[in-house]
Amino acid sequence: MTQTESSNEVMIELDELTKHFPGQANPAVDKLSLTVKKGEIVVFVGPSGCGKTTSMELVNRLIEPTSGRIILEGEDVTNSDPDELRRRIGYVIQETGLLPHRTIAHNIATVPKLVGWDKQRISERVDELLTMVGMDPDVYRNRYPKELSGGQRQRVGVARAMAADPPLMLMDEPFGAIDPITRERLQNEFLRLQAQIQKTIIFVTHDIDEAIKMGDRIVVLRDQSHIAQFDTPEAILTNPADDYVADFIGSGASLKRLNLSRIRDIEMATDAPIGRMDEPADELARRLDASEWSAILLLDDRKRPTRWVNAQDLRRPGFDPTTMGLKARAVVEPHATLSDALNELISSNGGCAIVADGDGAYLGVVDLETIMAAVRAMREQHARFYLAAKNPDTVEV
Amino acid sequence: MTFSEYLSNSYENLIELSLEHLQLVAITMLIATAVGVPLGILAHRSSVLRPPIMSTTSFFLTIPSLALFAIFIPVFGLGSPPAIVALTLYALLPIVGNTVAGLSSVSPAIVKASRGMGMGSWRRLGLVELPLAWPVIVTGLRVSTQVTIGIAAIAVFVGGPGLGNEIFRGIRSLGNPGAENLVYGGTLAIVVIALAFDGAFVLVRRFTTPRGIR
Repeated sequence: MTQTESSNEVMIELDELTKHFPGQANPAVDKLSLTVKKGEIVVFVGPSGCGKTTSMELVNRLIEPTSGRIILEGEDVTNSDPDELRRRIGYVIQETGLLPHRTIAHNIATVPKLVGWDKQRISERVDELLTMVGMDPDVYRNRYPKELSGGQRQRVGVARAMAADPPLMLMDEPFGAIDPITRERLQNEFLRLQAQIQKTIIFVTHDIDEAIKMGDRIVVLRDQSHIAQFDTPEAILTNPADDYVADFIGSGASLKRLNLSRIRDIEMATDAPIGRMDEPADELARRLDASEWSAILLLDDRKRPTRWVNAQDLRRPGFDPTTMGLKARAVVEPHATLSDALNELISSNGGCAIVADGDGAYLGVVDLETIMAAVRAMREQHARFYLAAKNPDTVEV
Repeated sequence: MTFSEYLSNSYENLIELSLEHLQLVAITMLIATAVGVPLGILAHRSSVLRPPIMSTTSFFLTIPSLALFAIFIPVFGLGSPPAIVALTLYALLPIVGNTVAGLSSVSPAIVKASRGMGMGSWRRLGLVELPLAWPVIVTGLRVSTQVTIGIAAIAVFVGGPGLGNEIFRGIRSLGNPGAENLVYGGTLAIVVIALAFDGAFVLVRRFTTPRGIR
């Protein structure tokens, strides 16, 4: 424990954690040792049956380890009271496990009640959390889980796990059972939230793309939870430790790298002509003509993109900005990955993705050119790395 | 004597017997619930105890009712006590069975999430499992009550109270004019009681089931 206590950076340390289920030849989890630092998201990823969920459930002792130690914030909790331990660790599962007979507010209040917060503090915290996950407390406080959509239930699940402000959160495929569009939105929301709250999170998924997107570091697991590689997403994509990891990443490693860069990291185009819905058509047309663009983007009074209109639309008699042109689609947030943006862009009707902040206000646009430039930059980096490894003397890195 | 004449003559007697019958059923159900629900919880929680509990309670139902009533005469004598004991044994199976079924129907994800949040085993039972199993448990109580109301008529053979007395009196004097009225009268009162209980249980279930799972 000496190491742990000396470092205030470490949130949790697993020390040769082993689970041997009775009647099975081999341990399900065999001497898993790793440390998770404060404020980082560590993703356990691996094929089904590799023991990743078991490993996670050993951490909050839903499954009691056969041997090994769990050290949380410098304290050996391997033999402490399991209920006390679990109240200190937020827990989100794929099926959400919301209590169907209790209101949303009651659900979120579960752990604060267990640890004895007073009513006033609990109700303030519930409202704060609902707001944090983007749900209006006045609307949702007294609803029941069955009255919510899958995505909303999962948001409540996350809020519930954060309720008593636990230092560590475990998330077991939290977005696994949600449709792809909602999943992407929830992932982005969660990353935005995480940027503010800086929780320490252990996240389990079988989806390498999700691991790359969500993880500060990724643990690639093979059978019996043996660690195949534990490193940053960049390092794992660039330098898979062995064939197992390379196979698991799959063939689309370069495409997956698009998941590593976010829109806020690249330069978006800000020269696209924009106008307000209430501006006269000839004024808009003048602005459009002055630009190199073939369409002008109209924003509403809260600066949210509404429609693309071209010169023809603007010249038409009786120009109506609410119906003419094309609806502005493909809106992404700055923390969306390039992969998200590319995806939106391909399915959009304007040939570019619009970037807007959390409130939907326009920031700029990303087109194929921008993304290609970023990809080229990444490839160059990769090539330099490769050459550097071959012959470090001749290449400036 | 027509049936309606019989009714207008002896309705006071029928009401008195009905009240006795009700009392017998109520006492039986209170005891059976107090024993059956905990047994069901035990059976749900312990895979070792489940088979003996389930097979014993099923076994009681296979004993002919007349015999079961008689078995307890040496121990409890005549009157209400052997009747209550025998009826309680009959009433157990639906209660225990539905308690187990109700608790088992709680989604494993909900149980896992509750454990993961640090709810201890008893707290989980009280705050999560029993409330969610409640509609199924109430249904068990309802079935059990119906069975008990019917079988309680046999209590008369061990000297027990209730509408069995009227029916038995009718059977003994069959052949005499109007004797069948006694049988019909007792039976009618039992049916009325059964329907009243059934209606009451529907309301209880309706109003005690949490809104989120209705």
